Amino acid sequence: MIPELGNLLLLLALAVALVQGVFPLVGAHRGRADWMALARPTAYLQFVLVAMSFVLLTVSFVRHDFSVLYVASNSNSALPLLYRIAAVWGGHEGSLLLWVLMLCGWTVAVARFSRSLPNVFVARILAVLGLLSVGFLLFTLTTSNPFDRLIPAAADGRDLNPLLQDPGMVIHPPMLYMGYVGFSVAYAFAIAALIGGNLDATWARWTRPWTAAAWIFLTFGIGLGSWWAYNELGWGGWWFWDPVENASFMPWLVGTALIHSLAVTEKRGGFKVWTVLLAIMAFSLSLLGTFLVRSGVLSSVHSFATDPRRGLFILAFLVIVIGASLLLYAWRAPSVGLGQRFGLLSKESMLLVNNMLLVTACGGVLLGTLYPLFLDAMGGGKISVGPPYFDTVFVLMMAPLLLLMGVGPLMRWKQDEAGNLARRLRWALVFAIVAALLSGWLMGRIAPATTGGLFLAWWIVAAIGVDLVERLRPKPGMGGSIIGRARLLPLAMIGMMVAHLGVAVFAFGVAMVKTYETERDVKMGPDASTEIAGFDFRMLSIRDVQGPNYAATQAQIEVSKGGQVIALLAPEKRIYRIQNNPMTEAAVDSNPLRDLYISMGEQLPTGEWIVRVQHKPFIAMVWSGCLVMMLGGFLAASDRRYRVRQTRSAVMPAGSVAGGVR
Amino acid sequence: MKRFLLPLGLFLVLAAFLAVGLRLDPREVPSPLVGKPAPAFQAAALARPEVMLKRDDLLGRVWLLNVWASWCGACRDEHPVLVAFSRRSKVPIYGLNYKDKREDGLGWLQQFGNPYTDSMFDPDGRIGIDYGVYGVPETFVIDRAGVIRFKHIGPITPEVLRDKLEPLLKKLEA
Repeated sequence: MIPELGNLLLLLALAVALVQGVFPLVGAHRGRADWMALARPTAYLQFVLVAMSFVLLTVSFVRHDFSVLYVASNSNSALPLLYRIAAVWGGHEGSLLLWVLMLCGWTVAVARFSRSLPNVFVARILAVLGLLSVGFLLFTLTTSNPFDRLIPAAADGRDLNPLLQDPGMVIHPPMLYMGYVGFSVAYAFAIAALIGGNLDATWARWTRPWTAAAWIFLTFGIGLGSWWAYNELGWGGWWFWDPVENASFMPWLVGTALIHSLAVTEKRGGFKVWTVLLAIMAFSLSLLGTFLVRSGVLSSVHSFATDPRRGLFILAFLVIVIGASLLLYAWRAPSVGLGQRFGLLSKESMLLVNNMLLVTACGGVLLGTLYPLFLDAMGGGKISVGPPYFDTVFVLMMAPLLLLMGVGPLMRWKQDEAGNLARRLRWALVFAIVAALLSGWLMGRIAPATTGGLFLAWWIVAAIGVDLVERLRPKPGMGGSIIGRARLLPLAMIGMMVAHLGVAVFAFGVAMVKTYETERDVKMGPDASTEIAGFDFRMLSIRDVQGPNYAATQAQIEVSKGGQVIALLAPEKRIYRIQNNPMTEAAVDSNPLRDLYISMGEQLPTGEWIVRVQHKPFIAMVWSGCLVMMLGGFLAASDRRYRVRQTRSAVMPAGSVAGGVR
Repeated sequence: MKRFLLPLGLFLVLAAFLAVGLRLDPREVPSPLVGKPAPAFQAAALARPEVMLKRDDLLGRVWLLNVWASWCGACRDEHPVLVAFSRRSKVPIYGLNYKDKREDGLGWLQQFGNPYTDSMFDPDGRIGIDYGVYGVPETFVIDRAGVIRFKHIGPITPEVLRDKLEPLLKKLEA
């Protein structure tokens, strides 16, 4: 009964989404207030229907209903409860339902926190979101229904992919989807503004907090995915340039560009046409990511099992959504006016270069990701593009970006002068060079490329320092304490500084870990020991342990430094019973300064194991950098400027997001 | 207006490529060994450890080399296809029992049927390395001159057998 009910709810949701997508849009065109008024109630109703169907799918998992095909393929009676719930989005069908749920959640958030916006505009936004939902619901119902029955029922399920049985994996996809889907809001705002012809500073101000909110989730999702890969894949790597990682990274790059370009549109009225294109691109890349993951055109560790109909459906959907948007863009954009003129050396030009670099980096990633496909499509054979290409392209783009990140925020709008700027930043430059050399020296070796990376990180920190000092310094004619002046700083400004600081932290971590990490593969049996970077590793014992749905060989390894025991680590090699998959469970001792990472390789005929021990200095900074960036995004999105006209509601848009998907 | 149509144009080109890409299989990796002589091997037969099987003993006939293991789930999927094929065809199938335990392998054959003329026992995967095996099951078609003519990665389905293997075998046997 439960699956049939869930199916019915999805069908109803489709009907409601159609109403939400068509009537308000036509109503806005014809000026019919009654049709436009349908937008909000249908958005709420659709959310309730999809949420209920999601709950029903979860119930099927919790109750081990193996007469549901999707449950039977992704769960097992020995699977612990937490993973049974996470298994709801562990496969293609369920994760698609999660996607729809999030889309409805964002829509509800827009409906709820858009009271200060003109009715016509809101009607168009919600209609665009409704139409997107129609597409995804149709996709779910026609090709990927999670409620399909398996008659006769399976005796037991095939279990959740062991790779996904990790706490990080429980929240990684929801966060990533929140980001992916969140860009649909900026997209809907852009489309609504293109239709209505109100592409102006107000539109940019409305869009900014929503874009920032989506970006925060995406940052979190990507960071979490990287952290999960690091802990779970057992190789100690944290970014692999896997097609699916790239699929999530491309919207992030364009989304970052969008955040910066929106600032120009709001403050100076410039870049309008460009900003709207970025908003379309960010969401289009999210859709493209969905296509790449689910169609099987690229091989990747993440790919879902493939069905040709699915690929065809998403491709058709992609062409309709993106094609129509870009057509609308080509039709409407020429009539949009240009913003104010600006000099070669100005904040506008810096942000323009920022945008160019981010979009080019995204283009480079896109090219590398799809190149194997292009070549194969033209009969050029099978190849894969790997980290050497991506690393090169990426560093080429990011180095100037980080350099500008120091200068840009200090620059004035419209026109600035070089001499003045140089004078303001000279001490920052000296500081960054000294600090970079010093950090290398403290690590025991000064390497040229690393010094460059470290310099960029310190440069950003120093420039933020200069910016802060200048803003907090007493100005003639203005009294007050330093705290008083700090209070006057807009949150958006503080948010920017924090986010940039996060980039510096990230860059510092990457430069450090890339250069100074050491690893060693050793043969180890009980009582064997090895040494790396001043740490001693001694294997105490090896034993077999039984998990709920796996059997494992676990090593006990004692880590000590200078005779003092620091940690007891227990890496495992697991075999998951149902799918017969071996999994490497690395054991990590982590602190802000370094990670010690131990993973088990193969067992030798002698009974000993190949054990890989790694010392990774400052790797925690890679993820902390992401967290700091997120914090910056959060502060910026909470700026009260975005809320001033919202008199009736005291809740801020960014904060509302979490509530929207409950 | 033309300038503003550029994004649409670029996107349509991309979409066209994606459409072509849908028909291709990214996992279909051509083996560098196709067209080259099959690497020589000498291995004990799975059922009779005292008997050594050599590549050169098989020269002069067309045969299939199927890499399998008792721990491999996908091998079980293809197994009935192989068993059925071995009943109706004269082409010998030689198994390569890859990184397996002898008793496990023999037990598996007893349980699910034995389509193989014989199986080579390759407990440490040495022969597998020579043949570039990176996933089990894999199947090679080797001709009379001992040259590898075809390699299939993954389980053999009735479609693969009908559309790819059988036409090729017919051609080679002629």
